[in-house]
Parts: sequence; structure tokens; C-alpha cells
Amino acid sequence: MAAFYKARKALARFVSGCKSFSSLAELPEMHQMMRQTCRDYADRELAPIAGKLDKEHLFPAQQVHELGSMGVMAVEVPEELGGAGMDYLAYALAVEEISRGCGSTGCVVSVNNSLYIGPILKFGTQEQKEQWITPFTTGEKVGCFALSEPGNGSDAGAASTSARQEGDEWVLNGTKAWITNSWDASAVVVFASTDKSLKHKGISAFLVPMPHPGLSLGKKEDKLGIRATSTANIILDDCRIPLGNMLGSPGAGFKIAMQTLDSGRIGIASQALGIAQAALDCAADYAHKRTAFGAPIGKLQAVQFKLADMAVAVESARLLTWKAAMLKDAKKPFTKEAAMAKLAASEAATFCSHQSIQVLGGMGYVTDMPAERHYRDARITEIYEGTSEIQRLVIAGQLLKENAP
Amino acid sequence: MSRVLVGVKRVIDYAVKVRVKPDHSGVVTDGVKHSMNPFCEIAVEEAVKLKEKKLFKEVVAVSCGPAQATETIRTALAMGCDRGIHVEVTGKDYESLGPLQVSKIFAALAKKEEASLVILGKQAIDDDCNQTGQMTAALLDWPQGTFASEVEIEGDKVKVVREIDGGLETIKINMPAVVTADLRLNTPRYATLPNIMKAKKKKIANMKPADLGVDIVSRLEVLRVDEPPTRLAGVKVETVDDLVAKLKESGTI
Repeated sequence: MAAFYKARKALARFVSGCKSFSSLAELPEMHQMMRQTCRDYADRELAPIAGKLDKEHLFPAQQVHELGSMGVMAVEVPEELGGAGMDYLAYALAVEEISRGCGSTGCVVSVNNSLYIGPILKFGTQEQKEQWITPFTTGEKVGCFALSEPGNGSDAGAASTSARQEGDEWVLNGTKAWITNSWDASAVVVFASTDKSLKHKGISAFLVPMPHPGLSLGKKEDKLGIRATSTANIILDDCRIPLGNMLGSPGAGFKIAMQTLDSGRIGIASQALGIAQAALDCAADYAHKRTAFGAPIGKLQAVQFKLADMAVAVESARLLTWKAAMLKDAKKPFTKEAAMAKLAASEAATFCSHQSIQVLGGMGYVTDMPAERHYRDARITEIYEGTSEIQRLVIAGQLLKENAP
Repeated sequence: MSRVLVGVKRVIDYAVKVRVKPDHSGVVTDGVKHSMNPFCEIAVEEAVKLKEKKLFKEVVAVSCGPAQATETIRTALAMGCDRGIHVEVTGKDYESLGPLQVSKIFAALAKKEEASLVILGKQAIDDDCNQTGQMTAALLDWPQGTFASEVEIEGDKVKVVREIDGGLETIKINMPAVVTADLRLNTPRYATLPNIMKAKKKKIANMKPADLGVDIVSRLEVLRVDEPPTRLAGVKVETVDDLVAKLKESGTI
């Protein structure tokens, strides 16, 4: 009898394992429809203006609004709170398609979903969710995430921004650096230390509305890529917020940040995939049209090998990303897979955009073609939300833990 | 006055480069991207807008074809239609399915569903027939407002502004009626993510043409399909006189 139940359990595990395998090969109908609607939007509304947004450093406010009304700014948020009520795989697909049209817009979508809404959805009280998530689902308002400081990026535990309690208020002091969406955001999740002696265990998370007395913004950084997003310092100078604005419990800030970044990695991986795919599509299209030595350059093996290598890089990173998303949706551990996805996808993005310029030759170097914008947009994906070096540390850490004697 | 029937056709996507089959019997459809006919999208958008204005209670999306036609119906549901009807036609029957058979099916369904309005795209981008709407109206003996660029419900009548060669023609027709959508009628909405989720729960009924008493035998036989002749190089001329001379020479004028 026991053997029968054991065998049945093993079969069930095998069958459900098969289901997730076949899901990687063929997405469920709802996900396909969702992917198509995002792709249509990106092709028709984003791709035609992406060059202009980049050149003029314009925040795509109208498009963010439209994406909000489609549910793309809050994919995983339950319907009761105003979101689309879909899963993380759907979110990953959405970010990839949006980024394929415009890398900057994909970044705005990703930061709002993963870095701002993500931690509040996971660690917030019902009241905090209604106050800080619902208004940010429509695209009218976007949020941002402030962890890095001028003195520490990768070394997140060394946060020097402080928060002290004064009566019924928290008072925040310090400077946060490299904050995406800062000039366009209406709220920020800030990490500050309530007790420096506890090192990273003294860090807590706080919700601060923007604008707010005591919070000011530094100059907009003049970036290499994703120029339609605003990146700046957030300066906190005796910034006072109610006690109820702490997110999660005191000292849980570091854990909240790390878990948020774990999920955020899947979003950035998806953004990188979108940029990589756009670069690949650009190169493949050019290979048909450009002739040299009497034939389209797509006939030359040198070009074919490049396109093949690009396709393999993108597709393998995509499957890693989907796997990480599916593990998260199944509530299984996904830290290692998310780090692998982000590492693979960001390196695929820089590789594909580099090779895409090479295939286009001189045309790849000028702004008439989008290849040079993909090259500039791709570069940041290897840096933010955990540098490629940090990803390698995370992967190795998980791997060694799994293989401990 | 409560129900709108919308026809949606699954066609090869407008962006795909269509290729003729080696045996010249048709075009290659296997593995080729398909989507909803753009004029059908406009028809769905108009129907959903009319329902949102509370002029109708229910919008039913109908498609005739093989199993994949349900994907097109689901897209219509995600745009806001309430339920779908899939009239299953497969294999050789599907290859020979044309406006006459489809209009017989729509006429039967319009009667069965007691529709007050049937909205179709003016034509499909694969066959460019521009016949189904007109035939459906004739079979039902209903008035028709074709090439609509504006539709307004006025009581039990429909005011249709039609795009015709000479400009715009405004007509008022009694309901029940058939309307076909032209390009400038509206801009179809993107299916929102929450609506895609809701579409999952909406019902799609399945039936066969025989269930409606419709005979779908084709009266037409496709003999051969060829690609259009490759465009030849043109000739440049220096002056208007040269142009007129060349046109006279070629017998064009």
C-alpha cells in the first residue's frame, strides 16, 4: 500500500514536471494573448517614438498612462487592488515585449512593478497596500526604489542613510544615489538604518511620498542609455514621515531589499531580453536588405555565424528567465535561477547589440538605425539591480550551498 | 433591441509576406502567423462601444473555421465581447468556405440569437471579397449600412455615415440591420491584461453549419493561384512633354 502511494506521488511529480517542461516550449493561451497585446502596443506605439524619447530624454508619460490602463504597470497586483491579477511569467513576458519597443519604457515598467510595488505587495499591511499600491496601478503615478548611496552600491549593507524616531514620526537623513524614475515618481521605498551598530540588521524600509518636505532631488544624470528615464540622487534632510510609513518590521529592511532584488532581477532580465531581441531583429532584417559582393550579406557565413550566436544567446537567456519566473510562481526557491537569468540576459543584450552594430557596419553607428540605441540601452542591464559580478557571487553561493558535504 | 452579433475572421497577419504554394492551389498557411482581420477588429470595437453606451445588452462574437478560430474569438472576448460562437468548419470545407456560405451561417445565427444588429468588417484582407455583409443583409432581407465611418443609434433606427467614392453619404436604416465597418470608424482598443483574464471565463459555444441547417457546399472552384507579376523597372523622363509622348507611344492615352 505504501509503495503504491509512493509510486503515485512520484508519477504525479513526474507529470507536473512534464507540464512545466512543455509550458516552456508552448506558453498557455492567456500568456500568448497577453504577450501579443504587449507586442502590438510596443510595435505600434513605442518603437516609432523610441528614438525621439532617447534623443530628447523625454519621459514617456502618455505611454505609461496607456500601459497603466492596460494593466501592465501592475501585472502581479490582485484585481481588488487595481492590478491585472496575473502571474510573474506574464509580467516577464510583458516587460520583454515593451522593452523590445523601447528599452527606457521597459525600465519604467520594471521598476514600478518589481522594485516599488513588489516589496509593498509582499511586506505591506492591507492599509499600506491600498494607499501605496492602488494609485500606482493606473499609470498616472509611478514609484521608485532607493537603496544605493554615493558611498555604497554593491555593498548594500553599509547603508549610511539614517532614520531616528521622534515622537510619532520617523526623521530620515542621508543621500540615495542612482535612483531610476526619481524625477517622475510620486513615492519611493527608502532603506535607512535605525541602528548602525546592528550593521545590515539595523536597516529598515520606509515609504515616502514625493514630493515631500525634507526630500529633494539631485540633478538628472546624463546617461549613456535608457535616456527617457530619469536617474538622480534623492537627498533626505530631516525628512519627516508618520510612524505608519515603515514597511515591514524594524531591521527587516536588508531582507526586504534582497528579496525585492531577487524578483527584480527577473524583470531586468526581461528588459535585457527585449533589447537583445530588438538588436537581433534589426541585424537579421539588415542582412536581407544590404547587398555586398553581389548578394545580400545574409548569404555570408561571417554574418550567419553572428546571427546564430545572437539567437542562441537570446533564446537560452529567455528560457532561464521563464524558468526563474515559473519557479517564483510555483512558490519554489528561485534566487539562483533569477541571478542566472539576469546574468545571461544582460550579457546577451550587450553581446547582441554589439554584434548588431557590427552587422550593420557604418549604418550601425549612426542614429538613423536603432542599433546604436540598443547598444547604449543594453549596457546598464549588466550594472543595475545587481552587477554581473554580484550575480556570479549569488549563483556560486547557492551552488556551493547545494553541494555542501 | 438587445443583442449585437459581430463576425470575426482569422486571417494571415497583415505584416506577413504571403507566399503561393508550389502547386499553385493556394497560399501557404501552415506555420504562418495569423490574427484577427483588421476590419473585424474595428467591428468588434464598435460593438463593444455601443454596449458601453448601454445601447445594447450583449455582444456575441462569431467565427467560422477550424479549431484555431477560437483564438480569434478569445481576442474578441478580451476586447469586451460577452460570449462567443465557434462554427466549426475544417479541412477541404474550410478551404472552399467563402462569403456566400458564411453569410448563410450569419443569417441563421442572427435569427437564432434574435440580434438587432450584425456588425462585420467591410472585407477580409485575405480574399478582399467585400461581400459577406451585403449577402447577409440580403438573405435576412434586412437593411444594410456598408463602409461605415460613423454609426449612431437613434431609437430603433441606425444612422450610418458611409464612405463612398464621391465622399460621405448619410443614411438612416431600420433595425434589425447589417453594418460593415470601414477603416475610419474607430481605433480598436488593445486587449487589457485584466480583460484577457476575464476572457478566460467567458463561454464559447461550439456548433457545426449543419446544426444551423446551412449547406456549405461551394459553388466556386479555385483553378489556380499565382503571385502578381514582378514589378518591372520604370523609365525616367525629363519633361512633361516627354511624359505625354511616352504615354501616347505606349497607347495608354
